[in-house]
Amino acid sequence: MPRITVSVDGVTYEEEVEPRLLLVHLLRDRLGKTGTPVGCDTGNCGACTVTLDGRSAKSCSVLAVQADGSEVVTVEGLARDGRWHPMQEAFHAEHALQCGYCTPGMIMAAIDLLRDDPDPSEEAVRRGLEGNLCRCTGYTNIVRAVRRAAAEMSRVPHERAPGAAEGREAAAS
Amino acid sequence: MTEQLDAGLVAGRIAESGQVSEPSAEREMGRARRRKEDARLVTGRTMWTDNIQLPGMLYVAFLRSPMAHARITGVDVSAARSLPGVVAAYSGRDLAEEQGSLPCAWPVTEDIVIPDHPPMAVDEVRYPGEAVACVVATDRYRAADALEAIAVDYEPLDPVLDMTEALAEGAPKVHEAGNRAFTWKFAGGDIDAAFRDAPVVIDRAYVQQRLIPTAMEPRAVVATTDGDGFTLYSATQIPHVLRVMLAMTTGIPEHKLRVVAPDVGGGFGSKLQVTAEEVLALLLARRLGRPVKWTESRSEGNLTVHHGRDQLQRIAVAADRDGRIRGVRVELLADMGAYLMLVTPGVPLLGAFMYNGIYKMDAYDFTCTGVFTTKMPTDAYRGAGRPEATFAIERAVDELAHELGMDPVEVRRRNWITREEFPYTTIAGLTYDSGDYEAATEKALAMFGYDGLRAEQADRRERHDPVQLGIGVSTYTEMCGLAPSRVLGSLSYGAGGWEHAAVRLLPTGKVEVVTGTSPHGQGHETAWSQIAADALGVPFEDVSVLHGDTSVAHRGMDTYGSRSLVVGGVAVLAACEKVKERARELAAHLMEASADDVEFDGGRFRVRGTDEGRTIQELALAAFAAHDLPGGFEPRLDAEATFDPDNFSFPHGTHLCAVEVDTETGRCAIRSYVAVDDVGSVVNPLIVEGQVHGGIAQGVGQALFEEAVHDADGNLVTTTMADYLIPSAADLPEFTTDRTETPATSNPLGVKGVGEAGTIASTPAVVNAIADALRPYGVRDVRMPCTPERIWRALAEAEVTVPAQSRAAVPSTSEIAPEGGAR
Ligand code: FES
Ligand code: FES
Repeated sequence: MPRITVSVDGVTYEEEVEPRLLLVHLLRDRLGKTGTPVGCDTGNCGACTVTLDGRSAKSCSVLAVQADGSEVVTVEGLARDGRWHPMQEAFHAEHALQCGYCTPGMIMAAIDLLRDDPDPSEEAVRRGLEGNLCRCTGYTNIVRAVRRAAAEMSRVPHERAPGAAEGREAAAS
Repeated sequence: MTEQLDAGLVAGRIAESGQVSEPSAEREMGRARRRKEDARLVTGRTMWTDNIQLPGMLYVAFLRSPMAHARITGVDVSAARSLPGVVAAYSGRDLAEEQGSLPCAWPVTEDIVIPDHPPMAVDEVRYPGEAVACVVATDRYRAADALEAIAVDYEPLDPVLDMTEALAEGAPKVHEAGNRAFTWKFAGGDIDAAFRDAPVVIDRAYVQQRLIPTAMEPRAVVATTDGDGFTLYSATQIPHVLRVMLAMTTGIPEHKLRVVAPDVGGGFGSKLQVTAEEVLALLLARRLGRPVKWTESRSEGNLTVHHGRDQLQRIAVAADRDGRIRGVRVELLADMGAYLMLVTPGVPLLGAFMYNGIYKMDAYDFTCTGVFTTKMPTDAYRGAGRPEATFAIERAVDELAHELGMDPVEVRRRNWITREEFPYTTIAGLTYDSGDYEAATEKALAMFGYDGLRAEQADRRERHDPVQLGIGVSTYTEMCGLAPSRVLGSLSYGAGGWEHAAVRLLPTGKVEVVTGTSPHGQGHETAWSQIAADALGVPFEDVSVLHGDTSVAHRGMDTYGSRSLVVGGVAVLAACEKVKERARELAAHLMEASADDVEFDGGRFRVRGTDEGRTIQELALAAFAAHDLPGGFEPRLDAEATFDPDNFSFPHGTHLCAVEVDTETGRCAIRSYVAVDDVGSVVNPLIVEGQVHGGIAQGVGQALFEEAVHDADGNLVTTTMADYLIPSAADLPEFTTDRTETPATSNPLGVKGVGEAGTIASTPAVVNAIADALRPYGVRDVRMPCTPERIWRALAEAEVTVPAQSRAAVPSTSEIAPEGGAR
């Protein structure tokens, strides 16, 4: 079985995996990183979204072996020194979650969205999050939350954005 | 005991540790508190059922029928059994002796046909996806692999797909007893008189397409036993009901069964069920003596989570020329699917009392026939019966307005119950306790800019603009807060509708609220904290809410039917009041006053006219220390309460939708959506707004996107999220919402249900808007979901030759459903 090395939320893991093992199952079943849920089996819902080397990826659509040598950040790895990421804060403040099942993926995708467009219009947020489905909120508050986080992050950049190089050093040290 | 516990000493220590928080001066009721639940949900520290790992746990996978209807002539699991990692494999026959029959708790008529419903098919499969065998293995991949080694021989039988054909003479039968499950009738007033010589009759047929609820968390079950008792973790809305039902069906004694609903990722009625997989997981844990887990894939879920809606509606409205409604007649065919599950037959009945909507009339007549087909059973889906009813009456009233050349708001005004007329007993026999349709409608019209949009619509019509504007009106009410046990009993429902709460003051003055409701996104931890904080005068932060585990919350009726606040929240209040009475007695004793002289304010009991007082926290500690209690006073400050209201809850509101329909391509986009809802007094406006947003989105989903489609052989075509389209952020506009507040008179909080309101209101608002846009083109209706293709076809088939200059070329026709187009 292939042996892989992958960093998840700053911790380095070495694992022997079946080649067909999905990254999301590595995270959930092997590493206990159950903060990232699974909502579908066709790559449509986005519930499983993480960042892989800094860019958002649906971890149900990536094989664990493809993540070899990569750095994965999940929703569990966003807080810094016990302080939530501004996107987490904004979701809370705007009531952008109900059951919360879509939330980890939604937050990860939204953070990636702001990397490309730090000040997105409502329209841009809606288009940018098209691949993340929520059945509870009707999205109005999610859009508000993403724009709130954008405003907050332009004011105070969140130190060490997820997937930034420091994360890797921290993991190696 | 070496050190005597001194109340003052302990209080001092708590104070030093900084744990005592001041109650806030602001009342919690009506306050937009951020939710307590969010902390674990935004950080991923959740406990979804699939997260649970137990030592020695095994994984279950089900082999499912690839046919809608077939006789099973052989199942061979032996090859699967010998694969590495496989611990067991069973066919339905292997489990036949012990698996029992899945329950139906709502036998709506005396002569209803309730077929035997084995959790795993034994002789015959009756819907695609029905389980026929299972594998239990050491991991989920191996379990799935081993399914391929199971051989099943089927002898195909005719599928039964169309309800009308199913009822015809000589139709293939789903069950020996035939395809009619029941016929249920209900009437008020003289319907013949209402229709006799009626100057106007609107007679319409509508299709409530089959929907797939699609909670984002797929179902999951973990079952475990210690050899004596059993624990079942399940992604369920109903841990309490489930425990009772499983005890009845599996033979596991109720006191040996604990059911836990951990974090549950949405339900919308789909997790209001006793599922085959829950029963089978328990049986497998019992057989193997090891914990087992089953988690469904989304495609498995689309097949086998119960479906929603699926009714053929015929509604006739008789009216006078001035728009006054004389009577309404409704005939329904309701697709039960292959079996009657927990409340399958009751769902259309929940709509039976709602086809009269908010309107006064002389007569009403309702008939519903439940029909078996070879499809997944239907059951509760957000609104359950009431969205269907509201759709039919609100569509028909818009048609009436058009027929009379009247504004659709004006027709409603002429018929609705006016604010002075409450409480009002409707033709369907319900007593609406309170409401103000005028106020909600006026507010909505103003926010929407109704007159301006009408002017723009006229202008676009005039100009033959290929993009037409349509305005849809929906003024709804609904009966919810499923409660009055007496009424549920009179409708033959198998259980009551009360709710239970326990409130405990802990020695340090913190509060535990134990609720029988089972939240899965509704924010009860926050809202119940607000109710308790106000009632007890303690800080919001000092309250924690326990739920969802039958060994923690002993009694409950769980969460569905917009019942949690109006029944369960009120039970919390009632329990708090009882605690306060006990605390008052203790306070009086300690202050050597009469209880009648002790008043309570802001968390403090005070002897009237003096400064002498005790905080409720001090009293909690005094009760715990038990050094100085009134005679016979048990050393605790806690209480339980069970609330069973006398009436349902009747939220109402006015939803207005503007759509732009491209008459050349059929594309339809919602331009604006305004909702003014009246859900009575509000505990937390943030949560209420969220419920309304999400509800609207689901109703829009039915109007525009969603449909469970079967092919001619009865296979479900829409098994994935790529085929069954729930709305994405890009598909929806921002919703503009506001409220009016007419307190309910049926409960002391004045609250009304909110969970289903948005879904009930929005579907007709959207479709009325589409119909409004297309009426000049001769289109009378577009079948839901109103996809661009259906709209385009409706235009193409319409009688009126269109003012439009050019009809664009035919778009590619990947026909989704066999019977698209206008009706
Ligand atoms: S689980 Fe749905 S996209 Fe990954
Ligand atoms: S909050 Fe429930 S799916 Fe998004």
